[in-house]
Amino acid sequence: MNWITNYVRPKINSMLGRREMPENLWIKDPESGEMVFHTDLEKNQWVVPSSGHHMRIPAKDRLKFFFDNGVYETLEQPKVATDPLKFRDEKRYVDRLKEHRSKTGQEDTIINALGTIEGLPIVVTIHDFNFIGGSLGMAAGEAIIKGFETAIAQRKPLVLFAASGGARMQEGILSLMQLPRTTVVVEMLKEAGLPYIVVLTNPTTGGVTASYAMLGDVHIAEPGALIGFAGQRVIEQTVREKLPEGFQRAEYLKTHGMVDMVVPRTELKTTIARLLKMLMGEPATEKVVETEAEEPAVPAVVEVQP
Amino acid sequence: MSARNSQLGSQESTVLQADIQSMYNYLDFEKPVADLDGKILELKKLAEEGGALDTNDEIVRLEKRSGEALRDLYRKLTPWQKAQIARHPDRPHCVDYISRLFTDFTPLAGDRNYADDDAVQAGLARFNGQAVAVIGQEKGSDTKTRLKHNFGMAMPEGYRKAVRIMELADRFNLPVLTLVDTAGAFPGIAAEERGQAEAIARSTAACLNVKVPIVSVIIGEGGSGGAIAIATANRVYMLEHSIYSVISPEGAASILWHDSTRAKDAATSMRITAQDLYELKIIDGIIPEPLGGAHRGRDAAIEATGNIINVALKSMGNMDREALRQDRRDKYLAIGRNL
Repeated sequence: MNWITNYVRPKINSMLGRREMPENLWIKDPESGEMVFHTDLEKNQWVVPSSGHHMRIPAKDRLKFFFDNGVYETLEQPKVATDPLKFRDEKRYVDRLKEHRSKTGQEDTIINALGTIEGLPIVVTIHDFNFIGGSLGMAAGEAIIKGFETAIAQRKPLVLFAASGGARMQEGILSLMQLPRTTVVVEMLKEAGLPYIVVLTNPTTGGVTASYAMLGDVHIAEPGALIGFAGQRVIEQTVREKLPEGFQRAEYLKTHGMVDMVVPRTELKTTIARLLKMLMGEPATEKVVETEAEEPAVPAVVEVQP
Repeated sequence: MSARNSQLGSQESTVLQADIQSMYNYLDFEKPVADLDGKILELKKLAEEGGALDTNDEIVRLEKRSGEALRDLYRKLTPWQKAQIARHPDRPHCVDYISRLFTDFTPLAGDRNYADDDAVQAGLARFNGQAVAVIGQEKGSDTKTRLKHNFGMAMPEGYRKAVRIMELADRFNLPVLTLVDTAGAFPGIAAEERGQAEAIARSTAACLNVKVPIVSVIIGEGGSGGAIAIATANRVYMLEHSIYSVISPEGAASILWHDSTRAKDAATSMRITAQDLYELKIIDGIIPEPLGGAHRGRDAAIEATGNIINVALKSMGNMDREALRQDRRDKYLAIGRNL
């Protein structure tokens, strides 16, 4: 980094008026401390190019990268009762909802999106962590049900991107009821003979892991993602000992048999398309031949876990 | 509020009279009763020692006052007080229900993968002569048994044992009865390593998949995912002073207010009582407890529970296997849609 990249380049960019720049042009990689230019980060799906650190990616960015040509349509958020408990902590829950709705432009944490990956039509159900920590409440539960029902009706596989702190406490017992409610539709999708792939991203914990996020046919985790049932603070207080290195991280879950693979974000699409096409009885994606093929196309290989 | 309207619950129940004895582990809010009972005990001792004074009249008077004080307290319990009653150390636990409601109870152990978990009691038994599968969470009643049962906080193998028993029941067409009493699934390193979340999710899924009747009773604490894993049932009932919540009041307070001493507020805001859940149409009924809580009349509370289970099983007697599963799924999909 020098003054040219730090100062001159943004200056030139602004003079050229390329586009409206967000306030933070430079984003710090929490792993290495390196400053990364935000467009470089965005282009690389919010994965720091040098360290490979996976930063949190906005749900809409992820959908854009995941679907063919960035094209998808979304399902409408089903209507649910608002704040039946009349909950209030430091602020009223209805105000908190309003705030997050205007901040994110979304009704709640779940977005259902329909589109294709490598030509295969699928349903994607995704948590936006920015909406009250991706927490699972009535609106999210109802949206997940709708996503699965759509997949069943249209005979499409479902890919779920999880990012959630767990149940939404402001909805009390009604949020806990989303565990069995979402499990009903997961079981229905399975009975319909359709594949269900879960991508566990940072973080996925609590009630979300204790239901639909741990019931996939295939579990894929992003590198370094925190995945677990209980929070680390709670565990530390209970066992009164230091937690082991890498505890509840994606790689740790793979070692302990809870996820099938840890896949970098930039390789998710090809990995998922490859798996789904095999499960759906579709032929493999034809390799795009860029130059004269010197060696025959290698058939897709899936690492088989013992 | 709703307890009074529920078809099953009422503190004023005349059927279940409290069999008040002399000494209990009094809860903090029961101090007025504890003081009176203490005096009664002293007077009785004096009488035994052959004191000159006639203490009988005074004892009768004090006993009446103590009963009234207890009645007053239990007429307007706060959610936090109910939480304390639900966790009362003398409250009848899973093993008490099993020994009094069933015959031929034959425990079955182990998840066939890793270990047996004593926090989850499971097995086959007869209920009114009918063969059933029983799954329950046991907290233990003294230091030794509490340690043995890990205070009712199950490990993944506990939930995997539950799945095993549910699938067994399904194959042999036996109804499944579950008794829920847990602060939550155990939060520890080993539990995470062995997939606590996955174990809970699979157990909930098993509840939704089996084609036999499932009746679930929250007898004390219904602690979050650790409870729902075995409480996803065709019919769900709660004891009058039991609680059922997404997180403990203490946990909610520490997350929402960064202050675990505000558990009292959290208990109220979160709507954790049987009456709240009945009003929110999450449970099917409330089982009345004797005056002063189930620990002051264990037999009555257990008997009332048995009666409800009996009614619930009878109500599903004519349903075929597919209908039983569909009924359960429809029930959960409907929750929250009619609020």
